[in-house]
This record gives sequence, C-alpha cells and structure tokens, in this order.
Amino acid sequence: MNRVQLKNKNLYLPVLILILLVLLAVLPAYLSVYHILLLCHIFMYIILTVSWVIFSGPTGYISLASAAFFGVGVYTAAMLGYALSLPLVILSAGLISVLLALLVGAITLRLKGIYFTIFTFGLVQLLAHSLLWWEINILGIRGRFVVVVDHYTIYYTVFTIFVVLMLTAYLIRRSRYGLALRSIGEYEEAAAHMGVNVTMLKIVAFAVSAFFMGTIGAIMATNWTYVDPFIAFNPTISFMPVLMAIFGGMGQLYGPIIGATVFTYLEEILITRLPHLYMLIFGAAMIAAILYLPGGLVGLIEKWREKARSSPCFFKKKQKRGAEKRDVNA
Amino acid sequence: MIVESINILISAMLMGGIYALIAVGLSLQYGVARVFNISHGEFIMLGAFITWSLYTIFNINPLLSLVISGPLIFLAGFVLHKTLYRSIYVSSGGSTAVFEGNSMLASFGLLFIIQNLAIMLWGADIKGYSFLAYTLDLGGFVFPANRIVALFFAIAISVAFYLFLGRTRLGKAIRAAAQDAAAAELMGVNIKQVLALCFGFGTLMAGLAGVLLSMSFPINPLMGLDYTLIAIIVVVLGGLGSIPGSFVGGFILGLIGSIVSAIEPGLVMVAFYLIFMILLLVKPAGILGR
Repeated sequence: MNRVQLKNKNLYLPVLILILLVLLAVLPAYLSVYHILLLCHIFMYIILTVSWVIFSGPTGYISLASAAFFGVGVYTAAMLGYALSLPLVILSAGLISVLLALLVGAITLRLKGIYFTIFTFGLVQLLAHSLLWWEINILGIRGRFVVVVDHYTIYYTVFTIFVVLMLTAYLIRRSRYGLALRSIGEYEEAAAHMGVNVTMLKIVAFAVSAFFMGTIGAIMATNWTYVDPFIAFNPTISFMPVLMAIFGGMGQLYGPIIGATVFTYLEEILITRLPHLYMLIFGAAMIAAILYLPGGLVGLIEKWREKARSSPCFFKKKQKRGAEKRDVNA
Repeated sequence: MIVESINILISAMLMGGIYALIAVGLSLQYGVARVFNISHGEFIMLGAFITWSLYTIFNINPLLSLVISGPLIFLAGFVLHKTLYRSIYVSSGGSTAVFEGNSMLASFGLLFIIQNLAIMLWGADIKGYSFLAYTLDLGGFVFPANRIVALFFAIAISVAFYLFLGRTRLGKAIRAAAQDAAAAELMGVNIKQVLALCFGFGTLMAGLAGVLLSMSFPINPLMGLDYTLIAIIVVVLGGLGSIPGSFVGGFILGLIGSIVSAIEPGLVMVAFYLIFMILLLVKPAGILGR
C-alpha cells in the first residue's frame, strides 16, 4: 500500500514539470515580441538567482559577485560577438566567468563571512572602473555595440540555459557534494574534520554558479545592442538574486523561481511608470523577508502544508491508518 | 617638485579628514553594534540634503546646520537600531554570524528605501550651493576656504568623539561593549541602550560628514554608495572596529587618492579597490586591527 503511494508521488511531479516545460517551449509561437522578451527577462533573473543559490544557499557565504560574472558574459558577447557563432560566444562567456571564479575563489574563499561579501562587491567595482579606464584612455571609446540576435533565438537559448541549470542544481542538491556543501554552511571546521575538502568544494560550487551567470550575461547582452562598463557591471545585478532568493526561500529548488518571477514581474509593471517606488518596495520587501519570512515563501508554504497534514479535520483516515500500523509494529 | 608634493599632501589632508569622519562612524556601527551598515552613505546624503534645504529655503548657515541635522540623524539611527536591528537580533536567535549576515542584508534594503525616498522628495538632479567659496592664500599655497573649514570641523568632531570614548562613563561602556557585549551586560551595562546609541553615533558622524561635504561638493541622492564604499575601504584599511585605525586609514586613503589623481585622475577608484582587495587578502585585520 505504502509503496504504491510512493510510486504515484514520484511520477506526479516529473509529469507536471514535463508538461510545464513543453508549454514553455511552445509558448513563444503564441506570444508578442514584448511578452517573449518579458519571459526572457524573468528567466534571466531566475537563472541568476538559482545560480546564486547553488553556491550561497548551502554554504551561507553571501556572494555579491553575480554582477561580475554577468558583466564578464556581457563583455564577452560584445567583444567576441562578431567573430564567433552564438553558441561559441555563450560557451566562452561561461568559461571565462569560470576562470574568473576559480581565480577569485582560490584567493578569497578563505575570507570569512562579511569579508568575503565586501571583497566580492569590491570586485564588481574594480572590474567596472578598470574596464572604463581602459576603454576611455587606451581604446578611446566608451562602451560598444553588441551583435543583434532575433528574439526567438534569445528565448530558446535562455530556455536551454534554464533547463540545464535546473538539472545541474537538482543533481548537485541530491548528490553527496550538495550534502557536503550544506555541511560547510552548518559548521565549516567540523566539515573539514569529517574529511570534506572544504576549499575545493567551495571553489567548484562558486565556479559552477559563475558559469551560468556568464552564459546568461552573454545572451542577454545581444538584446541590449549597446553596453558600457556600468551597464554590464551593474551592482543591482548582484543585489537582485540575493533578495529574490531570500524572498522565495532557499529550502526548495522552486523557491528562487517564485522569488525571481514575483520581483521581475513587479519590476516590469512598476519600473517604467514609478521606478523609485519599485526600488522602495524592493528595499522594504528585503527587510520584511529578513524579519518575517526566515524561510522565504517556501518556508511559509512548507509550514502551511505541515499544518494541513497535522490538522485533525483533514486526512483523518490517513492518520488512523498510520496509527493502526504503529500498533502492528509494536 | 616640492610645491607639487606639498599640494598633494594638502589635498590629501582635506579629503582624509572627511574620510576619517565617515569611517569612524562605520567602524563604530560594526565594531560595537555588529551591524555592517551598507546604508551608511545614505545618512551622509541625508545630512547633505537637509543642509542644502535649510540653506536654500531658510537661508540657515551650513555650520549651524551641523547642530540641526546632526541630532535629527542621530535620532533616526537610534530609533532604527531600537526597532529594526533589535528585531533582527531577536529573530537571529542570538547567533552573531546570523545577525551580521541578516543585518547587512537589511541595511541593503534600507539603502534602497532611503535613497528612493530622497529621490522622490528632492528629485534626482545634482544640487549644490555656494558657501565660503573663496580661496585662502597661506604662504604661497592656495586652498578653498570651505574645505579648510570642513577639515577643521571633521578633525574637531573626531577628536571630541575620541575623548568622549576615552574619558566618560558612557564611553567606557561603549568600549566594554565593543570588547565583549555579553560580559559588559553582565557587568551592568544597559547593552540595548548602548548598542542603539552606538548606531546613532555612527549615523551622526555620517550626517555631520554630509553637512561638511555639501559645503564644497555637488550633491545628489545617489551619492551615498560611493562614500559607503570609501568608508568600507578605510575601515578595512585601519582595522574593522578600531576607531584610531579608521582615523589613520582615512588620511592614508586621502593621500593615496591625491597621489594617484596627480598622476592619472581616471585611476583613483581603481587604485582604491586594488589596495582594498590586496589588503583584504594579505592583512584582513587592517593596519591597526586587533
């Protein structure tokens, strides 16, 4: 009896996800250009947030380097866009971000807590200012044009990155590496004593998250046509994933997706008409989420489900059955 | 050559005094209240804009504004710690690491709130006013008068605060709380009050620095983050939580800034971040850190 139930439960979710993915894959054919680009925008933040959670979620190291990796992707697209084909550009954007992450990870991940956060934030600023200086004083230009790609290509590229990322995040979570990463977040010294290669693991997780941030930067740049260092290395890109992840909750994979979707949609409605109000809400939501939603929306949903499960009026039969079984076991 | 070096040194002093004042505030907030306040620069911006409003609307002398906007901003910081950061402390379950992370993220939220309220209130344009805008000639060297006045007040405020920390009962309580908050509480220090006061003093320093800055620099509602970053660099340079360190760090950064800008003005921020990052890697405790 129990086993059948388990099997059903296992089948139910993948089928639902598959239907959703198929829907998302055929959706662009029925949408206007505006809505396709809106979806791309939502996917962009989902990808940034989920990649951020891959590293910062389990380990507890708050990284503000997202904008650095994203910016590297943007600039790779701007520099190589005319020379290479799109898949190659995106792949190299990811790989350059990985290189940067390996370098930064190797030298900074021994920094604890707040120092690591400040360092990653400084990194974004350093890259932006250096690049700007290099462009103006050495190259004599400011900013550059990016090769333009049609919106269907953008959509399907973003969609592909999303699917690969979710698969990666899922596999990391349920693997022993995911467990080891969580153990680092719980108690790093203890994890090291238990034989977890702490430094290696942190650097690899950091690099994996950087890869996806780089690729999404490269594809989104093609949508902007013109970029300069302050557009590419925009600190907001670092803050957004943090808020979206906190708001959505990091306990489950769908948490960051909910958080990113809610805020991107809110941004879309408000930013053209009331941009300052949007940023105000953004700030207030961040504080409210920290104060009142310790597990994010996911935490709220889980709590609610827990309540539903244990409340006596629902599932009365199931509880009884459980009780009988306990008697038999005893 | 000598004239050039002296000019560099003087402009280093002029900026360094303000940097030091800003950094002392941030250092106090992190060193004692354990709040890494990313919204620190927003209080500088508030100080500058309150002064600007008082000067352009009521024609109140910016130096008089020190005693008007100062207490207002102090109160804002004090209340903020009593409400927001106290709640975060409670919800963090007493863990310092969790509290530091959460309060830092909350201060990011605060940054966005204050900044956008200011834009709604004052508009996003660059503003400025002219006050003591003439030059002083001291033995062949020419300085803008308003920056000399700003430097004088920056040093006077920092020294006064340092004396307050060293000589008064409350100063002693603050130093005790910085060393070990739990032990200080056991010794009869009203820790909640002291931490809130420290946060208030931090915002007070920022507000006063904002008043002084507005006398010689153009201001806009987005200026805060740049000063926050400079304050962070100075604080790390001097040692997180060390007040004399912040003071020394401010002048060192002022010196670096004026040397680099004499050679290549476009590279000042690059130099700041480079030094900052190297320092974080080599000696994260800072030059005067514990």
